[in-house]
Amino acid sequence: MHIVVLTKPVPDPAAAAERLGPDHRLDRAASPAVVNANDEYALEAALKLVEASGGEITLLTMAPAGGADTMRKALAMGATRGIQVTDPVLAGSDVRSTAAVLAAALGELTFDLVLAGADTSDGGGGVVPAGIAALLRLPYLSNAARIEPDAGSGRVKVRRITPTGYDVLEAPMPALIVCTQALGEPRYPSLKGIMAARSKEIAARALADLGSDPSGLGGAASTTTVLETRRPPARGATTVVRGTPGEGAAAIVNFLATRRII
Amino acid sequence: MVTVTTRNPADRLTEEQILLRDTVRQLAVERIAPRAAEIDRTSEFPEDIRQLLAQQDVLGLPFPVEFGGVGGDLLTVCLAIEEIAKACATSSLILIVQVLGSLPLTLAGTPEQQARFFPALASGRTLAAFGLTEPEAGSDVAAARTRAVRDGDGYVLNGTKRFITNGSVAGLITVFAVTDPEAPRHRRLSCFAVEVPTPGFRVERLEHKLGIRGSPTAELAFEDVRVPAANRIGAEGDGFSIAMATLDRSRPGVAAQAVGIAQGALDTAVAYARDRRQFNQRIGDFQMVAAMLADMDSQIEAARQLLYTACAEIEAGGPDIGRWSAMCKLVAGDTAMRVTTDAVQVLGGYGYIDEFPVERMMRDAKITQIYEGTQQVQRLVIARALLGRPAS
Repeated sequence: MHIVVLTKPVPDPAAAAERLGPDHRLDRAASPAVVNANDEYALEAALKLVEASGGEITLLTMAPAGGADTMRKALAMGATRGIQVTDPVLAGSDVRSTAAVLAAALGELTFDLVLAGADTSDGGGGVVPAGIAALLRLPYLSNAARIEPDAGSGRVKVRRITPTGYDVLEAPMPALIVCTQALGEPRYPSLKGIMAARSKEIAARALADLGSDPSGLGGAASTTTVLETRRPPARGATTVVRGTPGEGAAAIVNFLATRRII
Repeated sequence: MVTVTTRNPADRLTEEQILLRDTVRQLAVERIAPRAAEIDRTSEFPEDIRQLLAQQDVLGLPFPVEFGGVGGDLLTVCLAIEEIAKACATSSLILIVQVLGSLPLTLAGTPEQQARFFPALASGRTLAAFGLTEPEAGSDVAAARTRAVRDGDGYVLNGTKRFITNGSVAGLITVFAVTDPEAPRHRRLSCFAVEVPTPGFRVERLEHKLGIRGSPTAELAFEDVRVPAANRIGAEGDGFSIAMATLDRSRPGVAAQAVGIAQGALDTAVAYARDRRQFNQRIGDFQMVAAMLADMDSQIEAARQLLYTACAEIEAGGPDIGRWSAMCKLVAGDTAMRVTTDAVQVLGGYGYIDEFPVERMMRDAKITQIYEGTQQVQRLVIARALLGRPAS
């Protein structure tokens, strides 16, 4: 089984150093990058599948040149290799452009599954995987809480979380699956994994390598523009509830009920 | 003659060392720190932490790649110890003693012995311990009385070892015993890899200690314990020099533990000084508290830089490694004691109770001034490097 996991370097939330440039875009130099947390859940799901039934995992990212450093950690967790699409043209890409580039990169590969995280902690659009599935005409299975591929029948079953429970979906492979955290906590990279990751291949691809026409891609071709950014309003005054657990619970329920939250 | 064979660049850590350190740091913060208070309170060996360190290859750090280890150099091992000790000194001792107990094999073991023992040690399946100290032989190592008598294709060991860290949980103990009582003092001892349990070997008792309470410190009895000759490490009579060479390379691990404990205490003190308000201001804004924090930070950094230089010197194999090793342990141990004591002072009443970790860190720090050679022995080693041995 060959699984492609989409990963993205994002500003480290722990560093709390995110900053926007004058064009309202993220200043990626301002903050150390880490692998997007939701992507680590997707990678963990892929690692478990490969451990159970064999196979390889390729990481695919579209990122500025420094993105390979971030990918090393994901390789240290156990992925087989990485592919990074880097091109100066791609700075400022919108979700449409990002989906088109990743779809083009996937077009070069033979795979059974593509796994993606639910969204990213920087842009947060959450639609790139759907865009890729549409462009490649892949079955699109979202909100996955369980993934059961069957190599014999060439089909995959996914348990999709719904507001009331879950649906069981089945689709032919190759398919694209959007993962949730219900799939299980990502592992820590082992120290041997870190050492092994140094020699794993991270292939760099430019648009020309993918045969993509740069004219419709990147910031210049973006179909959306950020006009304004605002900080969320400061949090209101905190109410501390004191008393016995019973009194506290009653006060909290009352607070939520009067605001029609419950 | 004092030598310096390495340069001292600010960016002395490699990219790989930083990545390994940060990975251990994440483990320590997320998985070890939350357990530290309970380990101290219950005085139970943290089997869960041992398994975590084994599973993540942290215990494999000091062993060669060909035997299933990670092949980390001394500095990398010390970085890992420092990060774990910041969260829990007891847990860091698991790695420290894995290094200490196996060093005789690293330094003097044959390739066959290394191939026999290292894979289980590197995987963490087997823990190592270092059986040198005896009730009557502490700083005076050569005064050991445990006997090893040749008998056919092996040796028979009799005697008692005391203050043996991990002695009750180890599967392999490097034991030093007298093979020739008539030989000159420094030629009397030989070193043996004793696989336990084995008939005649008993854990007599575990000590109740001031600090590092989750780390079992055992008294071990050897009563007609048979050890194959193939388990003798080095030649007969080499034991004393193997023990000394081992300590030269293991003391930086204790220094790393001391630096980690001190840093953990400073981090707590700084956070407290920032939050705690008295007389309508943060207590850190009082000059007397601010000066304490500044001194603590400077002293820790000085100890850390000395440790990193000592690691580089020891790896380079210069003629002066005993001195570097003793200096880093001396400075780091004293720094840990001073800094943790001051951290308790910064937290005042809250520092003296177990609601905060600094009282535990202060208790844990004390041992770094005592084990693997007291601070007085370190000074002796350093002075002899400067002056030469006294004429006898």
